[in-house]
Amino acid sequence: MSEDFVFQGWRRADGRMGIRNHCLVLATVACAAGVVREVWRRLPEVVSVEHAHGCGRGGPDLGLQVKTLAGLVQNPNVGAVVLVGLGCEVVSVRLLKGAVARSGKPLETVVIQEVGGSRKAADRAEGLARRLLGELESLPRERGTAADLMVGLECGGSDTFSGLTANPAVGKAVDRLVELGGTAILAETTEMIGALGPLLRLAESEEVAAKLKANVERQEARAREILGPLADGVLAPGNVEGGLTTIAEKSLGCIAKGGSSPIREVVDYGDRPSRQGLVVMDTPGYDIESLAGMAAAGAQAVLFTTGRGTPVGFPAVPVIKISSNSELFEAMPDDIDLDAGIVLAGKSIDEVGEQILGLLLRVARGQKTKAEVNGQAVFAIAQGGPAF
Amino acid sequence: MAVLGIRVHPRDNVAVVAADVQAGDLVRLDDGSEVAAVEAIPRGSKVALCGIASGGAVIRYGEEIGRATKDIAAGEYVHTHNLAGGR
Repeated sequence: MSEDFVFQGWRRADGRMGIRNHCLVLATVACAAGVVREVWRRLPEVVSVEHAHGCGRGGPDLGLQVKTLAGLVQNPNVGAVVLVGLGCEVVSVRLLKGAVARSGKPLETVVIQEVGGSRKAADRAEGLARRLLGELESLPRERGTAADLMVGLECGGSDTFSGLTANPAVGKAVDRLVELGGTAILAETTEMIGALGPLLRLAESEEVAAKLKANVERQEARAREILGPLADGVLAPGNVEGGLTTIAEKSLGCIAKGGSSPIREVVDYGDRPSRQGLVVMDTPGYDIESLAGMAAAGAQAVLFTTGRGTPVGFPAVPVIKISSNSELFEAMPDDIDLDAGIVLAGKSIDEVGEQILGLLLRVARGQKTKAEVNGQAVFAIAQGGPAF
Repeated sequence: MAVLGIRVHPRDNVAVVAADVQAGDLVRLDDGSEVAAVEAIPRGSKVALCGIASGGAVIRYGEEIGRATKDIAAGEYVHTHNLAGGR
């Protein structure tokens, strides 16, 4: 597939390649949510993003909020941006505009208190978004390859089959993507607790190993501090019903998504990796926050495995849903893109891995994922440092 | 009847059953070896492939996933009632 892994994308000013060309209408603060929702109602072609974060938070949390919002604005799938703020908030449109000034991306701002309230702000933002959408249509496309892709890895609603079918199949697809020069992000530090041994064996350098160890031990200590004896079972009820007993068991199945390539770098939440290949990001296990961190780093797509079935998607970033069992694929056909449960019927992990890589390529070429079709796009930012 | 059991690593002392298992059913691994289930085991759950003494390591993916909280016999259902993280 190496010669064939080619798609037409949009090269951004910073050199990165988008596989989508979205106009983002982003509320910088919770108070502006109603306005961006109104813009989306009038103009469903935009990707609107609202969140529940406001002022009155500690420095580290505000830093994470700025970094994550700025990262999303700079995600290569975003071609143009309208920032909507209130006017008196800490994370203002001016602050955010300053944070992304070097991206060279068309960016407009609307401040509700300055333009005379919600309706006028929505009118203004709608007009700006219409113009930007028009400009985006005329942007030329360029040839992209696997080396232009950064793919986030995620699991949610895992069962015991996740670690036997979908996750190792994704791991195989990641091995192939990395061979072709691409990048994949293994995240969810909470789901590395108990699985440090195999991860350290993949660490490319002592520096990578030390950072992995520090991240996982810190997260385990945090889990023990807050959850006490329950920490050994940081599992959702659905996980236990699905046959998973301990956190280590879930983690060992979870990290199979990363495959067997060397881990070249460990980055903090929302930070852009400087290396290509397999990298690890320190994120919570909570899928929405984890997706936000990877999208902020520039991931253009996500491979998301599930055993119980989750409809979750993410703004501007196609999320490819892979089921660990065929019953789920049949039960939720409108949410799941690919069935890895066929491994239980005798298909090889290698074969399913190739199918996943093929689907990733089709999505890079424009095929919509089920989550995109469903308009599933929720956004949340990690708080208090990555949590669980 | 025989049900497929999935063992990931040769060191594993548990396997995951690919379908619901009744007492007396055989769980067959990919290498052809079999263990007889001594009780019902729901699909997706673990069956002990050999005896595991109380306090002994339960191994899956070639790694310890927890310790037996009581003696477990070959063919028994392994879950929260006899396995805990206890790291």
